[in-house]
Amino acid sequence: MNNFTVEAIELTRLYGGREAVSNVSFTLSKGQVLGFLGPNGAGKSTTMKMLTGNLAPSNGSVKICGIDMIEHPKEAKALIGYLPEMRPLYKELTVDEYLTIAARLHRVSAGNIKKAVEIAKERCGLGHMSKRLIENLSNGYQQRVGIAQAIIHNPMVVILDEPTVGLDPIQIRDIRALIREVGAERSVIISTHILPEVEMVCDHVQIIDKGKLVFNGAIDVLKKQRIGNKLLIAMHNPPSTDELLKIAGVTEVEALSAGQMRVRFADDAAPAEAIVQAAVQNNWGLHQIAPDQTSLEDVFVQLTYQEQAVPEASVS
Amino acid sequence: MIINVARKELKSMFASPMGWVILSLLMFAFGTYYLNGVNDYFAVMSGAMRPAERTGVTQFVGQMVYGFASFMVLFAVPLLSMRLISEERRSQTLPFLFSAPISLTEIVMGKFLGLVAFLGILVVFIGAMLCTLNIWADIDFGFILANSLGLLLMVASFSALGLYFSSLTQQPVVAAILTFVALFALMFLDRFFAGDPSNTLASLSLTRHFQSFSGGLIDTADIAYFGLFILTFLTLTVRRLDADRLRG
Repeated sequence: MNNFTVEAIELTRLYGGREAVSNVSFTLSKGQVLGFLGPNGAGKSTTMKMLTGNLAPSNGSVKICGIDMIEHPKEAKALIGYLPEMRPLYKELTVDEYLTIAARLHRVSAGNIKKAVEIAKERCGLGHMSKRLIENLSNGYQQRVGIAQAIIHNPMVVILDEPTVGLDPIQIRDIRALIREVGAERSVIISTHILPEVEMVCDHVQIIDKGKLVFNGAIDVLKKQRIGNKLLIAMHNPPSTDELLKIAGVTEVEALSAGQMRVRFADDAAPAEAIVQAAVQNNWGLHQIAPDQTSLEDVFVQLTYQEQAVPEASVS
Repeated sequence: MIINVARKELKSMFASPMGWVILSLLMFAFGTYYLNGVNDYFAVMSGAMRPAERTGVTQFVGQMVYGFASFMVLFAVPLLSMRLISEERRSQTLPFLFSAPISLTEIVMGKFLGLVAFLGILVVFIGAMLCTLNIWADIDFGFILANSLGLLLMVASFSALGLYFSSLTQQPVVAAILTFVALFALMFLDRFFAGDPSNTLASLSLTRHFQSFSGGLIDTADIAYFGLFILTFLTLTVRRLDADRLRG
């Protein structure tokens, strides 16, 4: 018996012959936060709908804590808290009424409902909004009610589709803290467009494009890919590339515009000092030297727009 | 679990003025009919000299009120049933129910029972109103019971059909109109076949099956008809919602 909380096995979903999601497989263990990235229409929400049993997969299966979603939907659903992209809020009810219904439907025992509602409100910072109609709450507070609804029964797996949309920066920080807190003992899957957010809250990243998984691995792998062994230098009197290549450790030099150069070096070399020395000796007029970071956006674009396959990193 | 869904429906029904307004307006209309019925009873019976022309007060007033009630719910049920699923579809709240650990059958049954419980309030109130006749007359409680049961079954059938049409569309108004047209056709089907009462289609008419109840007769054939009617439309609704999950 393995202890995966979520197992997706070759999930495929066809919409009239077109594959919205094809052959997506992954697993998630307890205590992990998985970030789902992808351009619009990549199949993120469709995958989430299949994971939560809102949509039947055309092929493949989903197991939540070892329980098959198709064969035992009720038991599997009881372990999931889900916030869809469109918040499913009954706007004519008050926050308390709505959360009570959510708790009741998610099989919180009658005696614990009040407590569960209080805890969920406190965790999402909704304490002073109890008696307000959901309709009259601001967008950000409505989003918090949506999140409260997803965590009210303390589920094993929390699935949030773009949880930080419409929140102000302070609320976003609170929600991220909440996600990390929940993720410490449970499993969380979030989808988002905000790339730095993924780096902040997730341990694992999946990038999905055109229904296919193009990257699946730990966040560290992505970070390494991002920082890389590169230096960006700028000089007033740039030398020829051959001269730079003579410096120990430098493997590749790429001349950019206006005296700027990008220098790649070997894994264990640190040629920055040598480059500065050479620049002083030869009077190159060095005025800038910095590690060249590819932004996460660039990595994302590379992964989603490159046609050739990116080597898949294995999940730990 | 079915109870929890039903409670949620009742809560939303009473959270907006809609539920209260419909309940009070209908009760006002039934109350007026009841009063008129009592007045008319004296007017008609004082003119009826021969014993054969005389009817009991329960039957006279009851038939008036229940006849009117069965006609009024034709308008009330579509208004109440229209939002059950279409509204959730439009405001995208269905995933809330779908991702909770409840089956589709439980969702549909819950919504159906919630609406029937709401309309049951009306049936109980009408029954209670007619029972007040007992203060000065000796009334036939069996007659009221049969009529109440008939009205409840009829209202439940209307609700099941309304629920199905509500599951077909995103627009509550479209659901209401479709429900009204379908119910209207089913109610007056037997009028179209007035010349040929033995026609099979005529026996599909809801009014015809309500007739025995309104005469004070509880006929198992009619109960079976209403039961099957309800079952058919609830099954269709479950299948419609299941199609959402399968086809997206």
